[in-house]
Amino acid sequence: MAKVLVVTSGKGGVGKTTSTAALGAALAQAGQKVAVIDFDVGLRNLDLVMGAERRVVFDLINVVQGMAKLSQALIRDKRLETLWLLPASQTRDKDALTEIGVAGVIKELRKTFDWIICDSPAGIERGATLAMRFADAAVIVTNPEVSSVRDSDRIIGLLDSKTEKAEKGEQIEKHMLITRYDPQRAKRGEMLNIEDVLDILSTPLLGIIPESQEVLRASNLGSPVTLCNAASAPARAYLDAARRLRGGVVPMNIHGERKRLFGKLFRRAA
Amino acid sequence: MTNAIAVQSQDSMRLRARSYMAFVLTPSRPTSAWLAQLDKWSENSPNFFASRPIILDLAGAAVGGSEIASLITDLTARGIRIMALEGVNAIQLSPSLPPVLKRGRSNGGDMTGAADGANITGPQRHQEPSTLIEGPIRSGQSIVFPNGDVTVLGSVSPGAEIVAGGSIHIYGALCGRAMAGSAGNRRARIFCSKNEAELVSVDGYYCTAEHMDANLRNRSTQCWLEDRVLSIAALDIFGGR
Repeated sequence: MAKVLVVTSGKGGVGKTTSTAALGAALAQAGQKVAVIDFDVGLRNLDLVMGAERRVVFDLINVVQGMAKLSQALIRDKRLETLWLLPASQTRDKDALTEIGVAGVIKELRKTFDWIICDSPAGIERGATLAMRFADAAVIVTNPEVSSVRDSDRIIGLLDSKTEKAEKGEQIEKHMLITRYDPQRAKRGEMLNIEDVLDILSTPLLGIIPESQEVLRASNLGSPVTLCNAASAPARAYLDAARRLRGGVVPMNIHGERKRLFGKLFRRAA
Repeated sequence: MTNAIAVQSQDSMRLRARSYMAFVLTPSRPTSAWLAQLDKWSENSPNFFASRPIILDLAGAAVGGSEIASLITDLTARGIRIMALEGVNAIQLSPSLPPVLKRGRSNGGDMTGAADGANITGPQRHQEPSTLIEGPIRSGQSIVFPNGDVTVLGSVSPGAEIVAGGSIHIYGALCGRAMAGSAGNRRARIFCSKNEAELVSVDGYYCTAEHMDANLRNRSTQCWLEDRVLSIAALDIFGGR
């Protein structure tokens, strides 16, 4: 049974696209058939993070407007057989997306995929509301800081009122994903800690992704972080989160980089 | 009696004439068979007529007033909007029908052969054969020029696109998409002084960055269509790079 997941946040730059790619790849690594859709029309990035930018011919808008078939626009990942990307258009704006068109695309994808992950644009306008419109579940990406938490709260309100599921009187499944978490800084009080965030948003936690250079390195290489370096701290956190999405019970650890002796020595010397 | 409009001094209203290019559809009898042929053709390019000005040349169809109205209804239902008629006597027509045009000039070559059955030609007299863009084209910008060639003096960024009815000439780096011969011109070409293109296409035949020969990257190239195959080659006119 297919599940439509929206990755959203309200605020920009918190890691929606990184999380979409990492979770999509993690689910595909577990053998699931996954389609990731870039809804950020006009500012597309998911193709870059997935390393597929050299293979884009048709995009979501072409499919929505009936100028291309879905099968022509879907791009299969080179590393994972079961991971597919539906890219956004860079030269159009979000008004080119229609609700009927998006509904048709999602309906068709539901027939063949286990997971359909919609990468929402930032903001609460048309692009973001259409990305969440047909979702069964939502991953709300939040940084541990006040502005991000407030925007997430706003998005949770929209998820509970503007989605198709909410309008039918059903509950949309919601998961918090805290990204760019730095335990040292949280300890020093320079960052909200996990309990504060969960208190404010009162939504179950899907995972805690530690702040790491690996994330930047992976997106520059055009590879989801779970594929680029599966042993890194953020990759392990995303793999755990993907297991939880599939219903697995995984203890909530804050993964740290495994420091080697010379790393400690180096730090002391510096 | 003359038809001159008396206009007072300061806020004088000026009427200017302008020429535009439009596609012309020429129905034949029986119109039902012609419509079926049109449907068959538009299966391959569903949105070809969308938001394009179309003129209906009825000289070869010899249809009456009510038939014209029903033909226009049939075409509207297919998303084809008729802006004017040609080849009919204006006196026979009811005022609700589009106006009648005269003395349109065919531009011959380019558009014909784009379709079997629908004879598409464009009257072009005062059209600009090319357009010049000074400076770069940035990500997300789309330059569409169906009338002819596009020349860009700057670079075309990744995520930008140029769609031209004719050829495309880029004196900077091409890092985005270039689509030449968009309305069915197989003789169109793409020239760029540095090929980093995401996609190039001529008359719908395309090649993505993925499938481009690595030896052709980062150098001056041209693309053209040869026997329905898109060819890309280095521009080694002076023997070097």
